[in-house]
Amino acid sequence: MQADRIRIGRFLSLRSGGARLNTADALTYLYLTLGTVLMFGPVLWLVASSFKTQAGLVKYPPPLLPYQQVQVNVEGYDDPLPLFTVTGDDGSTRELAQVRRVGIEAQMVDPANPDAERVKVNIRQREPVEEVKLAWENYLDPLIELENFDFFTYLKNSVLVTSVATAITLVINSMAAFALSKYRFKGRDAVFVLFISTLMIPITVILVPVFLVITSIGWKNNLWGVIIPGAATPTGIFLLRQYMLTIPDELLDAARIDGASEWHIYWRIILPLARPALAVLAIFSVMWRWNDFLWPLIVLSQNDYFTLQVGLNAFQGELQIQWHYVLAMTVVTLLPITLVFAFLQRFITTGIATTGMK
Amino acid sequence: MAGIRKEANTLRLIALLDPLTRPLLLLLVTAIDGILKPVQRRVGIDKMGYIFILPNLLIFGIFVLFPMLLNFYYAMTGGTRLFPEDRPFVGLDNFATLFDCENFTQPNSCQEDLFWRGVFNTVAYVVFQVSAIVLFSLITALVLNRQIVARGFFRSVFFYPVLLSPVVVALIWKWVLQHEGVLNGIIEILGGESKRWLLDPNWAMFWVVFVSVWALMGFYTLILLAGLQSIPPELYEASSIDGANGWQDFRFVTMPLLMPTMFVVLVLSLIRAVQMFDQIFVLTGGGPGTRTQLLVQYIYTTGFSNQIQLFGLSAAASMVLGVSLLILTLLQLRLGNQSSLA
Repeated sequence: MQADRIRIGRFLSLRSGGARLNTADALTYLYLTLGTVLMFGPVLWLVASSFKTQAGLVKYPPPLLPYQQVQVNVEGYDDPLPLFTVTGDDGSTRELAQVRRVGIEAQMVDPANPDAERVKVNIRQREPVEEVKLAWENYLDPLIELENFDFFTYLKNSVLVTSVATAITLVINSMAAFALSKYRFKGRDAVFVLFISTLMIPITVILVPVFLVITSIGWKNNLWGVIIPGAATPTGIFLLRQYMLTIPDELLDAARIDGASEWHIYWRIILPLARPALAVLAIFSVMWRWNDFLWPLIVLSQNDYFTLQVGLNAFQGELQIQWHYVLAMTVVTLLPITLVFAFLQRFITTGIATTGMK
Repeated sequence: MAGIRKEANTLRLIALLDPLTRPLLLLLVTAIDGILKPVQRRVGIDKMGYIFILPNLLIFGIFVLFPMLLNFYYAMTGGTRLFPEDRPFVGLDNFATLFDCENFTQPNSCQEDLFWRGVFNTVAYVVFQVSAIVLFSLITALVLNRQIVARGFFRSVFFYPVLLSPVVVALIWKWVLQHEGVLNGIIEILGGESKRWLLDPNWAMFWVVFVSVWALMGFYTLILLAGLQSIPPELYEASSIDGANGWQDFRFVTMPLLMPTMFVVLVLSLIRAVQMFDQIFVLTGGGPGTRTQLLVQYIYTTGFSNQIQLFGLSAAASMVLGVSLLILTLLQLRLGNQSSLA
């Protein structure tokens, strides 16, 4: 016990060179603590709020935890009744269940003694009895049925767009990178420069003409219209090409002598060896596609084709924002990315630090 | 230990799906091989490069290159029809409309006052957002680079919001900042006065900048941290032998060596800030009034969400955006070369 305390004390005052904590260290940890509160606080607040009932959300100042009024089953009544603490004129208190309310008067019954006469109470004299309880219905209602918010359809569309787009991006980008790094053909360098020069040209700059192309193909309100235009990413080509340049050409020549076809070499040698770079690109692609907003917003105008981001935006833009559902669905939307981050955190951070892209 | 177990679970899942996906994939790959083998016999090995680059080049050509050229045409046509053959050629009229201003410092005096408000708001937003991002990500990177407990954890803390979608980020803060929200609750408990933050013309821009710094800072922190860690420790040893203090270390060792990385951060954040749209669109919708409406929102509204869709004007405005991005990129190349020569 004593030893533990000393160890914890030493751990907390740990510094390089073994010296004690100084002002700079104190400031460092103060900054980190404030930073943690600021970075995680709003997200945690969102999660906590998403478990509050609609009535609980309008309380101000907002309580930290999700409280709900206690409901009791009273003999002789079909539905559970809300429980209140009633303060009598003499200052005594007791817990009563409310049967109905008429104007400023509430009719109450004693749950322990339901046969006794109903008590009439001024509504100012009663306070709801509350307990901490999670409002799972915020999460379950949208899954079952909610007007104007078809959660499952949006989720399905988002998953479809993210997975198909990522698969296509990985295949065509790696094929192009293979061609650019392992073959000599006329115009190769020109094509590479052309790809790379569009790195800084986002789709925002060419919205109208891309929209025309999509409409001409008949991909308006079609998930292909969201998936295909962004599939040939210059970032992916650059990343994969740089990586494939490090794969020795001798390996390819050896395979050719053994009679392997070029496609075979791509599939059996290049792809397995480029796996680390492919993994980084896959993570980025999943992130880009899952979070994408402006382009899907333009291509998809019908409810049935909305992705989660577009659906969520439409839902929160309604005249009467149903915050209890919006919050719960926001939590569901950030969950997959959070899980990916939790498992692949090291991979993502080193990937970004070394490639400098997002 | 836990990591190994996690990996084992993933592998088990893959193994479970394997009997399903593997034959399908194998079939597909063999089929492609069957098609490509005769092609290879015909064109020879070196020309196979064309085949491999084809799918990517096709998509790139149709959805990037061709639209880029077409954008010029759109910018020079009028009307509200989408298909080019239905659109009358108007020359530079769209640009004339955008730049029709009695006094360029007064958006009210312009024909397309929304465009100019967008431009001015974008400039203000970019200046504040980029300087805040550079400042705070530098401080955070310096702090994270110290000898601290649980560095990995703290690094993730600052990085986590980067992964969240702009819509989610906006909704999180809309909820925190709303009138009966937790921020006003805290302020009132501390004795302050609650406000409608996002409806207050003086505060809306502040929060728009704040929220995007909150969401993006971690990304730049990570880049700067990598830059800091690539500074050889021997330099600090040498400077401490010379009797340098902490400030001198920072001023004469850290800053000069971190400059190239700082430059990357500056340019990347600048280019992204100019294109800002989604977060603000969900957070304030450009309001109150047009207080936080940026250039990209003008492009989107004019071309796609207004009742009358003015594609030509939208394309012209997007070319203004494109030219600004081009200037920024060229500036980067120019200054980047200079700083690497110095």
